[in-house]
Amino acid sequence: MPTIRVLIPYHLRTLARAEGEVQLEVPAPVHIRAVLDALEARYPMLRGTIRDYATGERRPFLRFFACQEDLSLEPLDAPLPAAVIEGREPFLIIGAVAGGTATVG
Amino acid sequence: MSSVRVLVGTRKGAFVLTSDGKRCDWKVSGPFFAGWEIYHMKGSPADPNRIYVSQTSGWFGQLLQRSDDGGKTWHQPGLPNEAIPPPGPPTALPNRFAYDTSAETGRPLTTHQWYDGTQHPWEFKRVWHLEPSLSDPDTVYAGVEDAALFRSTDGGENWRELAGLRGHTTGPKWSPGAGGMGLHTIILDPSNLDRIFIAISSAGAFRTDDGGASWKPINRGLRSQYIPDPNAEVGHCVHHIAMHRARPRVLFMQKHWDVMRSDDAGDNWREVSGNLPTDFGFAIDVHAHEPETLYVVPIKSDSEHFPIDGALRVYRSRSGGEEWEPLARGLPERNCYVNVLRDAMAVDSLGDCGIYFGTTGGQVYASADSGDTWAPIVRDLPAVLSVEVQTLQ
Repeated sequence: MPTIRVLIPYHLRTLARAEGEVQLEVPAPVHIRAVLDALEARYPMLRGTIRDYATGERRPFLRFFACQEDLSLEPLDAPLPAAVIEGREPFLIIGAVAGGTATVG
Repeated sequence: MSSVRVLVGTRKGAFVLTSDGKRCDWKVSGPFFAGWEIYHMKGSPADPNRIYVSQTSGWFGQLLQRSDDGGKTWHQPGLPNEAIPPPGPPTALPNRFAYDTSAETGRPLTTHQWYDGTQHPWEFKRVWHLEPSLSDPDTVYAGVEDAALFRSTDGGENWRELAGLRGHTTGPKWSPGAGGMGLHTIILDPSNLDRIFIAISSAGAFRTDDGGASWKPINRGLRSQYIPDPNAEVGHCVHHIAMHRARPRVLFMQKHWDVMRSDDAGDNWREVSGNLPTDFGFAIDVHAHEPETLYVVPIKSDSEHFPIDGALRVYRSRSGGEEWEPLARGLPERNCYVNVLRDAMAVDSLGDCGIYFGTTGGQVYASADSGDTWAPIVRDLPAVLSVEVQTLQ
């Protein structure tokens, strides 16, 4: 069973009492829904915080990334990149922010 | 020896302030749930060690937290208090507030009036207020946005809507105010377990006399400039209601504008703003031992949510309204431009009744002498959303 590396936002790490990167055993096929299912099974206090309880949809101010790609609008059952499945890259759940700049100097 | 515990919800976490009965020296604990909005936290009258917390976030939604040891430790009701859960399906959905759309309610409770007059789906946003039962620590009510009333009878593990409220025939006419459509006030009648008062911005006040099965609007006598019909059954922006336990038929209301009074459990209201310098405001409360003594914090206007002339004043009436006196000793005399929100005032029940309120500037003020003199407990918390007090023996 693939081991998926997941990064979750600070507030959810404190809620789950998880430190740093979370590693989850996720059954194939590995897609976003399967990762979220595994995450919520391991940390039930996160139920409802990433996916809306009523709709099951991603909360509007959260985004999903992997391999420098924004996967937020991908279908939840679309396969994740091979680098994520093979454990070379993490799956990132990011709290959306506004403002700032992409360049420095 | 008596002591007090002040529960403070802020924009960025919860704080617990404790003192002995003298209320001079305070210990400040927190922040708990740092970074999260704590809309409300309140202790059970039946078991003061039981405290419920509404923890919310624009990013992560609504959570409920509970303490069974007076605020020393917290957990989400129904979930294991450790990271790794036991095997098997979940037994509780503690953060789930699902609107009742069942056929048993008799109506499709699916829409309410939107700002533009069209009908809009009900959408759960957050828990504004938690009201623990007067007699059972495991029973607690939640007032939510979009306006609805929920009840848990298992300590917050599972929630069920009292759909008769939203199913009232006026439900499709309810519309949000500037701050959303929140059910923010829940008052349990200590003399009649079947009677509950609630208030919604901006639908108005309602009462049930059958434990929540059916509800009646109680807004007769309210006048709102923006409502052309002087007898409008709903649509009033009630900001808060207070009641003295010894006289549960007497209610005091801070409306958007106007301070109001009812002597018949809300069936009829009359204005008691009297000589207040402005009758706009949010918070209102009643002295613990004097049912005719009440407190408001006048705010300049609905356009300028701060005290007149930058001088923070609590106003007290010892005559049930109409005649008011400013209370200023120890409060800022100038350059104070904070607001005091609707759930941010509370009283203790010690002999010299203590009055407490929190501001959007992060101050929590206390008076240990019924409002004659004031002093800050803390000055620099995040913006205060709610203040509740527990008097401990």
